[in-house]
Amino acid sequence: MNVSLKVNGQSHTVDVDPTTPLLYVLSDDLALRGPKFGCGLGQCGCCTVIVKGAAVRSCVTPVQAMNGAEITTLEGLGTIEKPHPLQKAFIDEQAMQCGFCLSGVMLTAKVALDKNPRATDAQLRQELSGVLCRCGAHTRMMKAIKRYQQEVRA
Amino acid sequence: MNRRDFLKTSGALVVSFAAFDDAFAQAPQPGRFDGPGTPELDAWLAIDASGNVTAYTGKVELGHGLYTSQTQLIAEELCVPLARVKLIQGDTDVAPDQGTTSGSQSHPVNFNEGGLAGACATARDALLQMAAQRMGVPASILRVEDGIISGGGRASLSYGELIGGKKFNLTVNPNAKRKPASEWKILGTSVPRLDIPALATGQFEFVHNVRVPGMLHGRVVRPPDVGATLVRVDESSVKAMAGFVKVVVKNNFVGVVAEKPWQAIQMATALKAEWTKGTGLQPQPTFYDNLREQKASRDVMTVNSKDVDEKVTKASKVIKATYRHAYQMHGAIGTSCAVADVRNGKATIWSATQSVYPTRNTTAMLLGMKPEEVHVVFTMGAGCYGLNGADTVSYDAALMSQAVGRPVRVQLSRKDEMAWENYGTSYVIDQRVAVEGTGADATIVAWDYEGWTPGLGGRPGYNNPGNVITGFLAGAEPAPFAARAATDPNNYANNLNIAPSYVAGSVNGRSGGTGNIKSERVLTHNLRSQFWTGPLRSPERLQNTFAHESIMDEAASSVGADPVAFRLKHLSDPRLIAVVKAAADAAKWDARPSPQRAARKTGVARGRGFSCVLYEGNNGYSAMVAEVDVDQDSGKIFVRRFVVSQDCGPISNPDGLKNQLEGGVLQGMSRALTEEVTWDATKITSVDWRTYPPLYLGAELPVIESVLVNRPDRRATGAGETAITLVAGAIGNAIFDATGARIREAPFTAARVKAALTVRG
Repeated sequence: MNVSLKVNGQSHTVDVDPTTPLLYVLSDDLALRGPKFGCGLGQCGCCTVIVKGAAVRSCVTPVQAMNGAEITTLEGLGTIEKPHPLQKAFIDEQAMQCGFCLSGVMLTAKVALDKNPRATDAQLRQELSGVLCRCGAHTRMMKAIKRYQQEVRA
Repeated sequence: MNRRDFLKTSGALVVSFAAFDDAFAQAPQPGRFDGPGTPELDAWLAIDASGNVTAYTGKVELGHGLYTSQTQLIAEELCVPLARVKLIQGDTDVAPDQGTTSGSQSHPVNFNEGGLAGACATARDALLQMAAQRMGVPASILRVEDGIISGGGRASLSYGELIGGKKFNLTVNPNAKRKPASEWKILGTSVPRLDIPALATGQFEFVHNVRVPGMLHGRVVRPPDVGATLVRVDESSVKAMAGFVKVVVKNNFVGVVAEKPWQAIQMATALKAEWTKGTGLQPQPTFYDNLREQKASRDVMTVNSKDVDEKVTKASKVIKATYRHAYQMHGAIGTSCAVADVRNGKATIWSATQSVYPTRNTTAMLLGMKPEEVHVVFTMGAGCYGLNGADTVSYDAALMSQAVGRPVRVQLSRKDEMAWENYGTSYVIDQRVAVEGTGADATIVAWDYEGWTPGLGGRPGYNNPGNVITGFLAGAEPAPFAARAATDPNNYANNLNIAPSYVAGSVNGRSGGTGNIKSERVLTHNLRSQFWTGPLRSPERLQNTFAHESIMDEAASSVGADPVAFRLKHLSDPRLIAVVKAAADAAKWDARPSPQRAARKTGVARGRGFSCVLYEGNNGYSAMVAEVDVDQDSGKIFVRRFVVSQDCGPISNPDGLKNQLEGGVLQGMSRALTEEVTWDATKITSVDWRTYPPLYLGAELPVIESVLVNRPDRRATGAGETAITLVAGAIGNAIFDATGARIREAPFTAARVKAALTVRG
């Protein structure tokens, strides 16, 4: 089946098994590095992408459900030369160790703050309750997210 | 530019490996896997005509910032800006064999007189000598700045002019003078991690992102039960599926190869394979009791003053307790992945292994090839924290690629990762301490430790692919287990922290310990595990330290002593004493006996706990204060604050060290509170993040305060594993302080805390 996707502003048409989870189309057919396989069960967040303002777990989302969708991945936010303010906050705070989990952490946080720039700490924690980091960079990540939130609100 | 492109385009940097000198060609130490390195200076670094440095290291980035700190080291020793240094890590074609990046050994090995530091110091020395000769002045009056040597009133010379593109043809001088830490400008500063911009923007190439032309996708099919062996595979069950390439079988190893990843996943599920019944597992509820009943045991006596029983019999007070620690997982957030290209008598493996050379050897063994026909290229994976599935999945990919003659990428499923990895082992530990005197005069006079711990497999090293699941399934055996009675030790070695910090560690008239308790006996029974085990961040050191720091607290409480003061009374090592005081001071430690004077026995109670360690007996000093809230109704623990002090010699990168301490603390908290491998009668049942619950980002997080004790005049030690070693002890002691309930089994799940509270009454 041909599926059309607009990923980070670029249009693609791929011929795939429609039951294929979106993640494999992004990471293999389109060779993107941002979304990653962490669990395949929607339990960790590594595969997160943004679709219509929502954080979507691409490892459990069949690509056929995404036909025609506009998708933003971590590399769609900004570049090394021109990072998105959220990415810049993570760089400034050195808010990671291995960095494998960042699609889940950053895109989930971005969606939460896009929806509610005045989210309280408790609300942010709730939004991030299903996002995993195994290196223990939690406190730095929360600090980076808060730093970004200050900027959004400013 | 990615790493492979860089290697391709950096053609001027030819590196050759001469035969090792005898002095360097010593066999790697068993269990440490440091690797021999190389005496050839040109194997460590090369300088091109523009003065740019390319350096090679066997110690690799695992998410802990080592790539950056090693780059700082090179820039510092060679007196060049950071931007002029390119570091190539872990590649068997070009980097020296430094064994395994593990055991908190990267700083000891590469940041003291030897390894990478020694090579850089030798090179700077050689460049100064060359310049001195060309200028006709003594080297002692010359200075180097930004790769330019000047002084003596002559025209300055750049590194490029002196050596550009040529070889040094020198042997690394182990006595080459390192730049003193007092003169550091780059090392010792919080240089931001060089890889973080690419990570934060999704540009970084993990091993998971390696794509090579013609690459296929493999998926393993593991046995359904522990010990099950393959009876038959029905290839026809998947042959008609879209994208089918091959079913690969080697002994009990089964994999499917397909054109696309989703096809491989579906095929692995659909494949009809018949297996024998498994060997069956000891039931979990009686596991710890069964452990000490096992007959076949390899016993190790770490220290034995031979007067412990006598002292215990005579003592006015004896404190006894048994501690248990669960098997735990590495549980890397990205399941393990590798890409292998095995054809035409050559193999290339892109692998996140911590051990490129050992992996080269053991992969060659499995493939029936020679080690020199195998090229292992380290490519970063998700944080591994020790021996996760990186080695085993490298074998998976290599076996499948060999079978199909095309490149194959394999990434494990979450379940295949969690059910078969080499777990951090479990322990049951009996502690017995004898106390004389009361009140302020109370002193521990004897310490008796007896531990039981199971093991199976471990790091493959250079010779044992059967130490991990894929090698075993493919027909290799794990390193043999031989029962052995304990013999008296010849020297005091406490690299597993089996002995507590408070004993003298006296063997053959020399005291190697950090404490002053002279009557000491430390005996370990190593048993065969029913699961694979291997190093997990602070292997054995963490479990033992939990037991030591808990019984120390119990002893302090039994005599009404403040836990910090009581520890200090039994410590003799000045650096350990210093970190204990530093943590206590920073935390504004409230000196008094534990538990706190009982408030209510319901609702939330707050307490503080302490722990400390000299990691591995010689590799990093750390102390910790934890402040916790215990919800006495639910048994839930909320840690509100950690203060952690660390002395690891001269600090390479203060913010990097802080990041490691914070990470160790939170990972340690996750392990101390919830992480536990579980199983039923035939198989592992903790196979995802629901059945093996970790600390999510949205949890209530503690404040973490780090106290960095810099020792510029001392040797560099490890720093990545000390903080995590202390967490369970500090939290357990804080729970006791808060509630009077002692919890002796980790993890401290709400149910266990509740049970301990019930026993308290």
